[in-house]
Amino acid sequence: MSPPVNNSVLSPPEFGTPVSVWAAPVSSSLPDATSAHETREAGEQVKRYSRLGPGRPRRYGPVIGPLLLLALWTLGSLTGLIDHRTLSPPWVVVKTAGELIASGRLWDNFSTSLGRAAQGLFWGVLAGGLLGVVAGLSRIGEYVVDGPIQIKRAIPTLAVIPLLMLWLGIGEGMKITTIALIVFVPIYIQTHDSLRSIDSRFLELSETLGVSRGEFLRNVVLPGALPGFLLGLRFAVTSSWLALVVVEQVNSTAGIGYMIELARTYGQTEVIIVGLTLYAFLGLGSDLLVRLLQRRVLRWRRTLED
Amino acid sequence: MAQNTGRLNSNFTEGFISKFADSTPDDRVVEVRRLVRGFGKRIVLDGIDLDIRKGEFVALLGRSGSGKSTLLRALAGLDYEVSGGGQLRVPNKLSVVFQDARLLPWKSLLENVAYGLHGVDPQERARAALAEVGLAGRERAWPGELSGGEQQRVALARALVRDPELLLADEPFGALDALTRLRMHALLRQLCERHRPGVLLVTHDVDEAISLADRIVVIHEGKLIVDLQVELSAQHGLARQARIVEVRKYLLASLGVQTDENHIAEEQAAA
Repeated sequence: MSPPVNNSVLSPPEFGTPVSVWAAPVSSSLPDATSAHETREAGEQVKRYSRLGPGRPRRYGPVIGPLLLLALWTLGSLTGLIDHRTLSPPWVVVKTAGELIASGRLWDNFSTSLGRAAQGLFWGVLAGGLLGVVAGLSRIGEYVVDGPIQIKRAIPTLAVIPLLMLWLGIGEGMKITTIALIVFVPIYIQTHDSLRSIDSRFLELSETLGVSRGEFLRNVVLPGALPGFLLGLRFAVTSSWLALVVVEQVNSTAGIGYMIELARTYGQTEVIIVGLTLYAFLGLGSDLLVRLLQRRVLRWRRTLED
Repeated sequence: MAQNTGRLNSNFTEGFISKFADSTPDDRVVEVRRLVRGFGKRIVLDGIDLDIRKGEFVALLGRSGSGKSTLLRALAGLDYEVSGGGQLRVPNKLSVVFQDARLLPWKSLLENVAYGLHGVDPQERARAALAEVGLAGRERAWPGELSGGEQQRVALARALVRDPELLLADEPFGALDALTRLRMHALLRQLCERHRPGVLLVTHDVDEAISLADRIVVIHEGKLIVDLQVELSAQHGLARQARIVEVRKYLLASLGVQTDENHIAEEQAAA
């Protein structure tokens, strides 16, 4: 393509078309010595970590802590340091879990709890998202919506449960409403906030491009608010499990919380542990799902995070 | 004095049209008369008069705080919450290139160029514009994957795909390194020769202004104090070099910069 560059003669490259200005094969015409040098540096970079930093990340490193805890628990149970009535040994918990699965009790309770959390989450996200958009996009909307929500936020939702019980009884309606009421707050706040903090530079740009209000909303405001909404969703999912635990211990006849309550009256710590483990998996699993969703929807951010 | 808030209602008032009706074939894309802008009590633009003709490349030089960005923003219709008066007329087909590329990070390069683009086959036109700035094949890349120079090229493509009659550029290369800036100058010159928009380039870089513009105006404390035809294209070789040195010296002096050459000249004169 291009002749080799003679170091002693500098000839200006041709600027015939704009493409040629940028497509000039600058790197390929560099002397070999330079590129060899660059390769060596890059090779060193792979190994080097800053001396004062926290050190090299290791594969499977994050599971070290939990495994250590499990080992201590096993050791304590084996040596008798942990009383079996205080905390059942791991192998009893595993055995009980197996029995609960075999009898179908675990699955029944699990699906009941999952259904409640999912319904509460659905209505809470819907309401929080809609109100957040209303308050975020119009001043009037903000004046009408934001005040009551801030007042509602100041009252702990769990304190409203007695009132909800009077209104809705002690059935599923009350439980789902409570979860939805707790879930909707972080969604609303994050959505509203991120709609309001859209970069004003993009507003200026859109005005000079002469776009319509609809185009601006679709191309700038909503995608710009998406990271905030998804952050709210992560908070919401976590708090939906929290709400679930509370409502399931109030007059339930099914669900993981009910199973735990029942086990408490019979002093079955192993069943309680199984229930808690289930909660842990639900919490971690749903958080993972939201993070996967985040990665997928916010593909454009991945290059910056990596 | 008629209040004018910018682009949307930028037509001349009745009296103003009659005043300029005698200026035969009107090839001006910008007409600014007695433009005043202020923030609170502080006057930033103090009676600006400026015409820009079709295809004319004008550089607006000024120190920081001289009002050059305020003038550009007034032309772009972006001066909100500013008091002022005077008349200005700008074409509806107007594009702005900002100092930052201002690409929507969640849109691919193609979508960024096509954002708000109407008419026949916007996608295809956006693709052609990207190719024109040397980014063919990168249509689906995210802005975050690009270098500063590449991002600014996308911004240029987005501005020019609309076939503007007036291109406003607010220190578009200010954040780029020196080498990239030189290549951007070459690109901008080529693009402007092809599309022939009227250009107002705001810069504080004298050399940038000389190498790009047909005409240079200097703004100082809200007034235009210099209006200079560069006239480089007609000259070659030593005459061209001499003209560059001359223009440069004159502009720097008008900006209140004491150069070594000025010093030496003065000392020689004194001796």
